[in-house]
Amino acid sequence: MIIVTKRADYHHAGPDRDVGYLKFTYIMKTSDISTNTLCYHCGDDIASDLFVSDDKQFCCAGCKGVYEVLSQNNLCNYYVYNQAPGQTKQYVEQHFDFLNEPAIFSKLVDYTDEKITLVTFYIPAIHCSSCLWLLEHLHKINPAVVQSRVDFLKKQAEITFDHNKVSLKELVEMLVSIGYEPLISLQDIVKEKKNSVNRDLIRKIAVSGFCLGNVMLFSFPEYLGISSLEAQFQSLFGWLNLGMGAVVTFYCSQDFFTSAWGSLKNKVINLDTPLALIVAVLFLRSAFEIISGSGPGFSDTLTGLVFLLLMGRWVKQRTYNHISFNRDYRSYFPVAVTLLDENGVEKPVPINDLEVGSRILVRNNEIVPADSILMKGDGCFDFSFVTGESEPKTKVLGEIIYAGGRQIGEAVEMEVVKPVSQSYLTRLWNNEAFQRNESKIKNFNDTIAQYFSAVVIVIAAGSMGYWSFMGDTNRAWDAFSAVLIVACPCVLALSTPLTLSTILGIFDKNGFYLKNTDVVEQLARVDSMVFDKTGTISCPEAVDLSFTGDLDVYEETLVGSVARNSSHPLSREIVKWLGLGSVFKTEGYKEIVGKGVSAYVDGHEVIMGSRAFVVPESDINHSSSVVHIRIDDEYKGFFKINQKWRESLKELINSLKSDYRMHVISGDHSAERKSLSTVFPEYVPMLFKQSPHDKLQYIKKLQGDQNIVMMLGDGLNDAGALRQSDLGVAVTDNINNFTPGSDAILKGSAMGKMPQFIHQAKMAIKIIKFSFVIASIYNLIGVYFAIQGTLSPLTAAILMPMSTITIITITNLANRYFARKNNLR
Amino acid sequence: MNILYFLIGCSVIMALFFLGAFFWALKDGQHDDVHTPAVRILFDDDKPEEAE
Repeated sequence: MIIVTKRADYHHAGPDRDVGYLKFTYIMKTSDISTNTLCYHCGDDIASDLFVSDDKQFCCAGCKGVYEVLSQNNLCNYYVYNQAPGQTKQYVEQHFDFLNEPAIFSKLVDYTDEKITLVTFYIPAIHCSSCLWLLEHLHKINPAVVQSRVDFLKKQAEITFDHNKVSLKELVEMLVSIGYEPLISLQDIVKEKKNSVNRDLIRKIAVSGFCLGNVMLFSFPEYLGISSLEAQFQSLFGWLNLGMGAVVTFYCSQDFFTSAWGSLKNKVINLDTPLALIVAVLFLRSAFEIISGSGPGFSDTLTGLVFLLLMGRWVKQRTYNHISFNRDYRSYFPVAVTLLDENGVEKPVPINDLEVGSRILVRNNEIVPADSILMKGDGCFDFSFVTGESEPKTKVLGEIIYAGGRQIGEAVEMEVVKPVSQSYLTRLWNNEAFQRNESKIKNFNDTIAQYFSAVVIVIAAGSMGYWSFMGDTNRAWDAFSAVLIVACPCVLALSTPLTLSTILGIFDKNGFYLKNTDVVEQLARVDSMVFDKTGTISCPEAVDLSFTGDLDVYEETLVGSVARNSSHPLSREIVKWLGLGSVFKTEGYKEIVGKGVSAYVDGHEVIMGSRAFVVPESDINHSSSVVHIRIDDEYKGFFKINQKWRESLKELINSLKSDYRMHVISGDHSAERKSLSTVFPEYVPMLFKQSPHDKLQYIKKLQGDQNIVMMLGDGLNDAGALRQSDLGVAVTDNINNFTPGSDAILKGSAMGKMPQFIHQAKMAIKIIKFSFVIASIYNLIGVYFAIQGTLSPLTAAILMPMSTITIITITNLANRYFARKNNLR
Repeated sequence: MNILYFLIGCSVIMALFFLGAFFWALKDGQHDDVHTPAVRILFDDDKPEEAE
């Protein structure tokens, strides 16, 4: 087997990164390996037929392992519903002992009694109907599971189990063994989201829809003309309509009044202000007409309007993604840490129980939870996510290690010097400079609502003034209220959410997740872009292997035979790179986490791994992103992993450079300046060795020069800059990873589509403006009748839905058209 | 024509009945997840184990 140099470069995207199920992009020898066989479990290419079970081929030991668990439990239907439904299993050594701690247990579960426990897990790997089927048949693997229900879109599984027969830890381990690892973090996303469905809004929509239907029914005789015979019903229908109108006004429209009142108190006008005014006027005039018996009232328009407005709200609130934008540093930290007592006995404790002076054990790949002193072991910490530096730092005993670093290599013992809440990382997050409360630029709707309201009120007052001057007071009131009714900006309240949420849906399918609809408008406005280097434009997971040294075919086979035993990503890449046809049997295989692997193959000892592991005494250049090979006592050379820019970077920069001012900003050293300057145009400023605070200041400076800045970053070190920017985009390869607070999350693989996204956003704004023009035409027709005081309820009831239907059709068609034109699915 | 009063009453009561049913469904969480049940219903039942 191979070595497993847990290289920082490899992982540097972030703590949870290898918890996820990454697919690696590889360049290298793939063309030589022209095999058509795909892994039966995950569908990846198979480099060699080394992993076979029941005549099925697998790409790695992980996939084969999952298959075997499933076939033993008679669950092979999993492979029937979809082809290759699995995902490549990532090799991570995990410790779930903390789940047996009562304090943690009680925090995680939803319900527990003497017999059963109910727990909800967020499982990022859920992606197809096979997943759903398998997770709902967990009882076949372990009968102690009473029931499991999956919520597909939220990627959650609600599992009821008998805790007397299976512990929470065993349950989680079972999920891990079949490739569905739950994401358990300190900040429990599942619980926070539980109440996110807006039942209240749905109830209001139902009530207003109910009222609308009935009011329409009762208004029909009025539309068709009431004969004297039926006149007796007129007042009955009128009162029924008024009753329904009252329900809609006082119950369904509450939110509009609250919002309008709130904004008036702040001396601004938002879109809800004119809407609330119109609802009020409609209701008052209907009440007046019906009580005085002078007319049928406008209840039909009122209910229809409120129904549509609420639908618009619902569309706007409907989330297209299940990504949490509110994660903070708490989801970066582990749920529990291993505490060592005086006798050296390990005990998992919740992270908040850590005190100054606690002795903790940090294993390979675990994150240092609080600022601590290194007491025992070889410390090598990857701070890339916190500081942006891509090289891991070797630390000596007695040094202070700041929270957030990830240990690479053997387990180390540390002593906590500051509680979690006061550590460097937490303070970084809570730094006031990083908090920004004022909302970003006002959106189109609220801006236009002000002018719109002003114009409408002027017209209404003008026509009232005219008719009073003419001495026709009744008509004056008629005209006043009619203008307010007919010049309704409801189109804005509808077309905007409809257009923007369609865009959100389109972006979502393409790997660009926006926090809300306002972000689309912001995206259309951006004129400057700032790129972070590490993890953003460099691709943390791309594997670009190269071998330096000498290996003949026989030796390659030896290496491959060892490497295939390990499920570590690097081992897998090496097996693929070698592209072997046959292998030898290995004996005495040993894998030392964070160091490497060794085994005897065909009489030779093969050792692969970090320099210290393979050739401890030599002075070969120490660079940690390297896998060294030794066969018997002869050093053979090393595999090097090169840092690689994202594949689409060059095209991206080329297509953006004419329209946007670009900047590169990095917390790392300037070694890459040369290679970057081949990608970016000459004028692009590049800043290196920037602290989180420098980055924030730089963005501020750009904004001070009247730029609208989009920041693309990934690490905690970018958190401040992302918040300060007008549009902060967190770039990540695994959307379930922790990302710093941002307005949007972009999948690394979708980065090349950025120009299309921006174009689509600009089109969306045009569509909204266009639909506003159409709506204004309808409004003008209505106003023409209204100022004469001759607006009949029928005209109002026809005009309003007409304009709405036109707008919905136009926005829908236009959106689809532009999405197709932009090659966005 | 007075029968209309009765019929209108009936229709409103029926409509209220349906509205009530909708509230019930909403409270029961039927609208929280509208995707999964549609997928779930398409799974075949497990074949009975063959007798040996």
